[in-house]
Amino acid sequence: MLKQVEGSHAVAEAVALCRPEVISAYPITPQTHIVEDLGTMVKAGGIENCEFLLVESEFGALSACIGSSAAGARSYTATSSQGMLFMMEAVYNASGMGLPIVMTVGNRAIGAPINIWNDWGDAMSARDAGWIQLFVESNQQAVDVHIQAFKLAEQLSLPVMVCMDGFILTHSYSRVDIPEQEQVDAFLPAFEPRQVLDPAVPVSMGAMVGPEAFTEVRYLAHHKQMEALELIPEQAAAFQQIFGRDSGGLTKSFECEGAETVVVTMGSVIGTMKEVLAGMRADGISIGALAVRSFRPFPKDTLRACLQNAKRVIVFEKCLAVGMGGILAMNLRMALKDFPIRVHSAIGGLGGRPITRANLRRMFEKGIRDEMEEPHFHDIQMDIVERELERERAQRRSGSIAENILQDVGVVAAAKTI
Amino acid sequence: MAQIPESLQKVRFYQTGTLTVGNRLLDAEHRSVQATLDRSNSLDSGHRACQGCGEALGARFAIDAAMRATDNRLIAANATGCLEVFTTPYPETAWSVPWIHSLFGNAAAVGAGIAAAMKAKGRKDVRVIAQGGDGGTTDIGFGCLSGMFDRNDDVLYICYNNEAYMNTGVQRSSATPGAARTATTMPVGKDPGNAFNTGKSVPLIAMAHLIPYVATASVHDLHDLEHKVTKAMGVRGSRYIEIFVPCPLGWGSKPSDTVKIARLAVECGLFPLIEAEHGEITGVTKIRSKTPVADYLKLQRRFAHVLKPDNAHQLEQLQAIADRNISRFNLVDDQGGQE
Repeated sequence: MLKQVEGSHAVAEAVALCRPEVISAYPITPQTHIVEDLGTMVKAGGIENCEFLLVESEFGALSACIGSSAAGARSYTATSSQGMLFMMEAVYNASGMGLPIVMTVGNRAIGAPINIWNDWGDAMSARDAGWIQLFVESNQQAVDVHIQAFKLAEQLSLPVMVCMDGFILTHSYSRVDIPEQEQVDAFLPAFEPRQVLDPAVPVSMGAMVGPEAFTEVRYLAHHKQMEALELIPEQAAAFQQIFGRDSGGLTKSFECEGAETVVVTMGSVIGTMKEVLAGMRADGISIGALAVRSFRPFPKDTLRACLQNAKRVIVFEKCLAVGMGGILAMNLRMALKDFPIRVHSAIGGLGGRPITRANLRRMFEKGIRDEMEEPHFHDIQMDIVERELERERAQRRSGSIAENILQDVGVVAAAKTI
Repeated sequence: MAQIPESLQKVRFYQTGTLTVGNRLLDAEHRSVQATLDRSNSLDSGHRACQGCGEALGARFAIDAAMRATDNRLIAANATGCLEVFTTPYPETAWSVPWIHSLFGNAAAVGAGIAAAMKAKGRKDVRVIAQGGDGGTTDIGFGCLSGMFDRNDDVLYICYNNEAYMNTGVQRSSATPGAARTATTMPVGKDPGNAFNTGKSVPLIAMAHLIPYVATASVHDLHDLEHKVTKAMGVRGSRYIEIFVPCPLGWGSKPSDTVKIARLAVECGLFPLIEAEHGEITGVTKIRSKTPVADYLKLQRRFAHVLKPDNAHQLEQLQAIADRNISRFNLVDDQGGQE
């Protein structure tokens, strides 16, 4: 059914259609509306046989899901930013134990300085945790990918994160086709766990494993993610058959076949990019785009196949490995390591900085001229950086970077000029 | 033979020269679960606990009692710690209950999740225990535990209190008593051992959550322990039992003295045995024979410095804590507790 709804509400409806049995909820912006809406649905009797746990922290939220999933219940939670960090020990534990929990990440920057706006710092902090990480471009995809996520998680016995840009998607209202219950039931069978806590057949889960088998356990975690490379496209195809939409999959090409320059990115920014690139192509520039939809597992072969004929790739990402550079760029360079393709790394949109058509086009044109710094900080205001560096050179007790910069920009600086 | 007792609290049979309640003198209903042929052996032989481990003894009795109370429909969540490590070295397990170990600090939340799953699936018959040592309970697991109490999740949480982080090599926890030697509170300097006026009483904090049932128990009185676990399993909602479990390795005591030390801790007043319902104390186990704390301390090397003349002030402080417990919980009858 077509609805004009907030992204968070659409996700809540999608999760409800998946018949979750245990949902744990802890508020953190910008995912909060999702669990609020689910709480209302459970309380109103809209989700049958579902327990809604109001926990004391994100660590408790995911830990409760670990217990409920191990007891054979389809389990869901959502988080963002600091919440992801606070639950990180449980994040690794859930994947290590092979528990098919689905978690929405309303992507948000990590502090300090505290920042509630969108970037991918939270999801990237868990990139090696063994979860499948799927990035969505729109609220329609968020709905569709959540439905696929439960199936994928349960087939592989692995937890899945659905990553959606905070505010840009979670808080935006758009037209979304909410599937019918019969469609979801036809796609997603009941949860049949590989391992379960059951008094009739007592097992011990979470045993200590020493050097004699730890390597094999880790290898199998990797192997399962490699299996997911096959399963994710299969599921996207099966989903399209029932729901009629191309959602999910490993990657999505936007006129990148035959393009000299291909922009690679993830998440919602592809929407703005598509408009910019259409304009550039109209001006005779050979440029396309490729969205990475599955970041873990990282679809190396698919990316190689899509990009092998490109002359250069511009990777645009909303995250930074401090002291190194672009994370998506690093991963992509590894995928393309034996191809003669220039890979430029651009980092932007950090902490919610707006990404506009105008500044994107300027950045792409710089990339096409192969004039990008490594890494390139998109839309950075170097005068602010220089002023702070000057302060630090001038005096030992130069103060806090965040507060100093606020003296230079924003409302504090504006007030000084009055 | 004396009249059949109305309740275990009134049992007063002693075997000659000991304070052990003899099973043979009790009617079948009141005999220990361990005396029955159909005991569940939930924590089975072959595990790797140290000789004289109080935690292994406490867990064995507690879980078997809970199994009997639930007709063997029980799931246990375990915090990281000695109990987890010595029972489940891959690929072996000593547990014959469905059992899960996730992390150090989340056993209460994992238990809450299991209980939620059982509720969602309509399996009201399956009950849940979460358990851990004092570090996993009073320190790192405290947030999740308080959350579980707050929501009144249908979980019995059992804390096996041996008053320090034993699995990592005997470091201080918030359950470590004043003056006690641990690897992080060594008996050096002006005030040797752990500082006084620190730590917390989780049973009292649990009571402050107004949960249906809170109790303390000790491995010297296993009938009482079984009774409290059985009682707890007869109640819905959040329940908390803290079991005093001496640790020969960490305390520097003889493995053969585990039960004796546990008894002396109770008899001197340092570890009061209480029961509380919905925040109100409903029962205390009276001290049978009031003992000076020195008798309890002298069996443990962790307190060896306390008994030296230089540290007489520490002995006084520990005795004052015991006396305070005795008056606060009314542990000694007006007649002096003797019968």
